Amino acid sequence: VGKKKVDDDVLDNLEEVLITSDVGVDTTIRIIERIEDRVARDRYINTSELNTILREEIVALLAENEYGETGNFELPSDKKPYVIMVVGVNGVGKTTTIGKLAHKYKSAGKSVVLGAADTFRAAAIEQLEIWANRVEVPLIKQKMGADPASVAFDTLSSAKSKGADVVIIDTAGRLHNKVNLMNELTKVKKVMDKIIPGAPHEILLVLDGSTGQNAFEQAKQFSKATEVTALAITKLDGTAKGGVVIGVSDQFKIPVKYIGIGEGVDDLQVFDRKAFVDSLFGD
Amino acid sequence: MFENLSERLERSFKILKGQGRITEINVAETLKDIRRALLDADVNYKTAKTFTETVKEKALGQNVLTAVKPQQMMVKIVHDELAQLMGGTSTDINLKGNPAVILIAGLQGSGKTTFSGKLANLIKSKRGKHPVLVAGDVYRPAAINQLQVLGEQIGVPVYTEEGNTDPVKIAKAGIKEAKAKGHDVVIIDTAGRLAIDEEMMNEISAIKEAVKPHETLFVVDAMTGQDAVNTAKEFNDRLDFDGVVLTKLDGDTRGGAAISIRSVVDKPIKFVGMGEKMDALDVFHPSRMADRILGM
Ligand SMILES: Nc1nc2c(ncn2[C@@H]2O[C@H](COP(=O)(O)OP(=O)(O)OP(=O)(O)O)[C@@H](O)[C@H]2O)c(=O)[nH]1
Ligand SMILES: Nc1nc2c(ncn2[C@@H]2O[C@H](COP(=O)(O)OP(=O)(O)OP(=O)(O)O)[C@@H](O)[C@H]2O)c(=O)[nH]1
Ligand SMILES: [K+]
Ligand SMILES: [Mg+2]
Ligand SMILES: [Mg+2]
Repeated sequence: VGKKKVDDDVLDNLEEVLITSDVGVDTTIRIIERIEDRVARDRYINTSELNTILREEIVALLAENEYGETGNFELPSDKKPYVIMVVGVNGVGKTTTIGKLAHKYKSAGKSVVLGAADTFRAAAIEQLEIWANRVEVPLIKQKMGADPASVAFDTLSSAKSKGADVVIIDTAGRLHNKVNLMNELTKVKKVMDKIIPGAPHEILLVLDGSTGQNAFEQAKQFSKATEVTALAITKLDGTAKGGVVIGVSDQFKIPVKYIGIGEGVDDLQVFDRKAFVDSLFGD
Repeated sequence: MFENLSERLERSFKILKGQGRITEINVAETLKDIRRALLDADVNYKTAKTFTETVKEKALGQNVLTAVKPQQMMVKIVHDELAQLMGGTSTDINLKGNPAVILIAGLQGSGKTTFSGKLANLIKSKRGKHPVLVAGDVYRPAAINQLQVLGEQIGVPVYTEEGNTDPVKIAKAGIKEAKAKGHDVVIIDTAGRLAIDEEMMNEISAIKEAVKPHETLFVVDAMTGQDAVNTAKEFNDRLDFDGVVLTKLDGDTRGGAAISIRSVVDKPIKFVGMGEKMDALDVFHPSRMADRILGM
């Protein structure tokens, strides 16, 4: 049945789906307004058309990934080694994502070097070392408590002299409201440019898929400290939907590049906007 | 960050004053503000709805709108109701038992291992006990190592079985060894797991069954969003845990998950994690948490 106006039931239901997926009130209101606008323009719309429009509108909010949605782990030829720095708050899945990423690059025929610049958390170096051994890539490390900028420096120097294709630098988890720790991150980032001009080429902010509205503040503060270029959303193998990234991606114009769907080496996927939006609606 | 509840209500009551008249519609507007504040703080959608209804009844009962300072009265009602919901007062853990066995469970990366270390430290330094930590996470790379490093920092022994992949056996053996060595508290760290991971949930149930803990604690990241209710409910259905630990509250999250969890499982929040260091552990204060959720 064609309807002139989207009825209230449909909108209430939509609101519940979006809010319970952590999309947040602001973004939810924006999405609903966009739908209402389109419905007003297109006049007669039935429920299935509405469904399609809705998903289109949400997909449009997610910043486009310059690598497309079928990322094949190819690298820009003018950036060798291509340097990726991984940042985020505590426990979101940075180190695990690095292990999985290293595996993807290696499987694509690239030589990878990892840098253990989390010198703070207990056994963080050992954890990354196990991943490095698992995927058989070299790891550059120092002792616990060492200066992380110095580890980054060593890693880039080593990768450069080896002629490696990709460098991935792990960093300690830190809450974005800790000024000293955020300054330290800026310093780690800056030191890389001294060895490889333009590095890091990619700064990947890892967000835990079960995080609520605090993800906005995380994106804001990490962007300030390091100019984040891409997002990875982890732990989407659980019941959390990760909807907060819609608003984060839109507000900060940062594309989502990867999703984590488990603890195993193969549990990393290139982000697919449409599939992600479909999963919000349970299919 | 989001505007706090006082500021929001200040605005809506100003509009109200300008109208010079108090109506049901204005109440609706205020309640909308309250609901919005709760959702911005990550309080669960359904919980927020029910909560707003309760507040409405309280407010109408107390004639908030005819009060001299309606917004202040409203904020107080909301605040007190939140604090009440979170348990009113702080609740201690049960250390009776010889040894007292404490089982730690939760999602991946929530802060279980760090909390295990902090709790051992607190029990040792403030309660004069002799705890031992048991490394029951046999999956995460370097999980055992991590607990050992923490144990060393706080001077608490860590029971490990390198190569053993059965956490039930490790836990039982750890308790046996603790008894033999005269330890009075055993804290068992376990692997992170998702509530929908059937195999892993069976494992944690089996550990609980085998060790009969005096205290089972569910560790949850304070930044958790709407999923907090699902996870808390599933873990509680399986483990019937005794209390909740909210970690990473040294951040700037509002922490509305505390409300959601409390309202679905009705178990007390016992501790809050306030940092990565071994002494960054506080007991939970419902009133402070209510302030935080409202952004005060
Ligand atoms: N289920 C699931 N677990 C994950 C995923 N990614 C990471 N994990 C788990 O989450 C936990 C934390 O992961 P880490 O990689 O150590 O996180 P981190 O951000 O490096 O943590 P810190 O360095 O302590 O800040 C570990 O138990 C991982 O196995 C995922 O996509 N799904
Ligand atoms: N800022 C802050 N960080 C914390 C707190 N509690 C834990 N962390 C950090 O959060 C990260 C994850 O903590 P872990 O103790 O490894 O978490 P876990 O639940 O044992 O993780 P898995 O064993 O992988 O499931 C680490 O970086 C910790 O240092 C806290 O209260 N505040
Ligand atoms: K999910
Ligand atoms: Mg790490
Ligand atoms: Mg752990």
